[in-house]
Amino acid sequence: MSLARSARALPTLFKVGFLEAVAYRAELLVWVLSTTMPLIMLALWTAVARDAPIGGFGQSDFIAYFLATFVVRQLTGAWVAWEMNFEVRQGTLAMRLLRPVHPFLSYAAENLAALPMRLIVAGPVAVIALILVGSGKITHDPVLWIIWCAAMLGGWLITFMANLVIGCLALYIDSSEKFMGIWLALFFVFSGYLGPIALFPHAVKLVAAWLPFQYQIGFPVQLMTAALARPEALVMLARQWVWVALLVGLTSLLWRGGLRRFAAYGG
Amino acid sequence: MISVRGLRKYYQVHKRPPGLKAALRSLVHRTYTTVKAVDGISFEIDAGERVGFLGPNGAGKTTTLKVLSGLLYPSEGEVQVDGHVPKRREDAFLKKIMLVMGQKQQLLWDLPPAETFEMNRAIYDVPREQFRETLHELTELLGLQELVSKPTRQLSLGERMKCELAAALIHRPKVLFLDEPTIGLDVSMQSVIRNFIKQYNERYGATLMLTSHYMDDVAALCPRVIVIDKGQLSYDGSLDGLVRRMRPEKRVVLTLERAIDRSALQGLGKVVSVDHAVAVLQVPQEAVSATVSRALAHLPVKDLTVENPPLEEVMSELFSRTQAAHATETNGVRVGAA
Repeated sequence: MSLARSARALPTLFKVGFLEAVAYRAELLVWVLSTTMPLIMLALWTAVARDAPIGGFGQSDFIAYFLATFVVRQLTGAWVAWEMNFEVRQGTLAMRLLRPVHPFLSYAAENLAALPMRLIVAGPVAVIALILVGSGKITHDPVLWIIWCAAMLGGWLITFMANLVIGCLALYIDSSEKFMGIWLALFFVFSGYLGPIALFPHAVKLVAAWLPFQYQIGFPVQLMTAALARPEALVMLARQWVWVALLVGLTSLLWRGGLRRFAAYGG
Repeated sequence: MISVRGLRKYYQVHKRPPGLKAALRSLVHRTYTTVKAVDGISFEIDAGERVGFLGPNGAGKTTTLKVLSGLLYPSEGEVQVDGHVPKRREDAFLKKIMLVMGQKQQLLWDLPPAETFEMNRAIYDVPREQFRETLHELTELLGLQELVSKPTRQLSLGERMKCELAAALIHRPKVLFLDEPTIGLDVSMQSVIRNFIKQYNERYGATLMLTSHYMDDVAALCPRVIVIDKGQLSYDGSLDGLVRRMRPEKRVVLTLERAIDRSALQGLGKVVSVDHAVAVLQVPQEAVSATVSRALAHLPVKDLTVENPPLEEVMSELFSRTQAAHATETNGVRVGAA
């Protein structure tokens, strides 16, 4: 699809994605409740840090960290791997392939279309964070905020592309949902979702530095909570986008090979 | 418009016997067999033609349509649709075609069909004016007025199929592949869909390739049929020609004023059935007029019709002949190997 035509189609794809996201009110409520893990971790860690700071993190640091984690997670989520698995097995991916718009673009639009709903949840949490911990725990450096914007985009792209990689695997092995389980298990440990990576043992920190997970959550959160200086932030941003580029390359490779094997079952 | 030469599509299929033991064994050792879904077929279709693509279940019809619409990569052979190689899935190609599958849907399940129409307008970059005009026309022809604002999941099968067709035609495709478009629909809805498809073809000169197990669809829509079985072409020509070739006889249906004895029909032709006052005879084409004259002269005829044998019977005979030929071929190979 030409870029101009894609750009013209995007607002409609976003609109349709948004309408689908809000089609079921009860489901929406359940989804909101299911994303509260950082808030649970917040309660846990602040209780642990009641008497004394842990590894330099006091109670207000934990509050800032986990509320920022909640916001970042809300805005960088993607779930294409499950969608693709279902569509490959059912053969309904065929309907996307018939349209003159790249399936990745329509998946991206569907995922991003849920963003306004996520903002409705994330916005108040961000405000609460400011009230609870004060603005002192949030960065005031405009350059870091610009880097944060790029890091959020990078974080979303890593999540989205990893989903696509696992989704594309379904074209080879029919079902790849279990790989998503493995990815998520590693994500929970190494992304900083369950606790600041700074508190991890040195060896784990070293491993985490070479993996993509902390660029999904930990890095943007560190930017928000003023845990990084500009030079360090720029190095991490560069590393994050190397991961984005690697995942884009891998996705493209798997997609092209996978399409040759697509059997379009059913019908 | 459509050119297919030596098309083959083979699949590797994992096979295992039922049961837990076989399931566990298949974890370490898998047996694959090659399924020849399409095995070397060739045909040409001109612009504006309506062609029925027929065959028993598993013959390779849907696989061929999927290759033609760019969903599947052929294992061998050359395929072109309006100058495009389908497997490349170029935008210009995708804007010209549409594949409608009776058992798959493109409508957005949770939203009213109107949203799918609007989405397709944007995706296919249809100018607003043309979109309004096409939608108005489709709404009138298919009677969609009440349906477009109901969530798709609440529509009946027939209503959904009407909306599916409308969604598929928003961009006015030049080539339409229809895979069982009337499956599961009641007789009146089948007729509505059939008439609509014919009107679309006549109005826009679209090329149409249709698979259906309902012979009424084929008889109403397709002057030409291509028959495949076990992935191989077994007939390509006019529907009339196929009927003549398979069943050179005609059926003379006599409705009589009173019930008669079967013996009274002797000498008129092969008696297919006698049910009270209705008798069905099978006679060679060249003997039809003589048979009709004799029946009118010697029997109390109230009504008389001359018909082709039912298309279902013709197809069933063609398929069983092809299968018998395959069986002979296979036996021959076995004997040769022994």
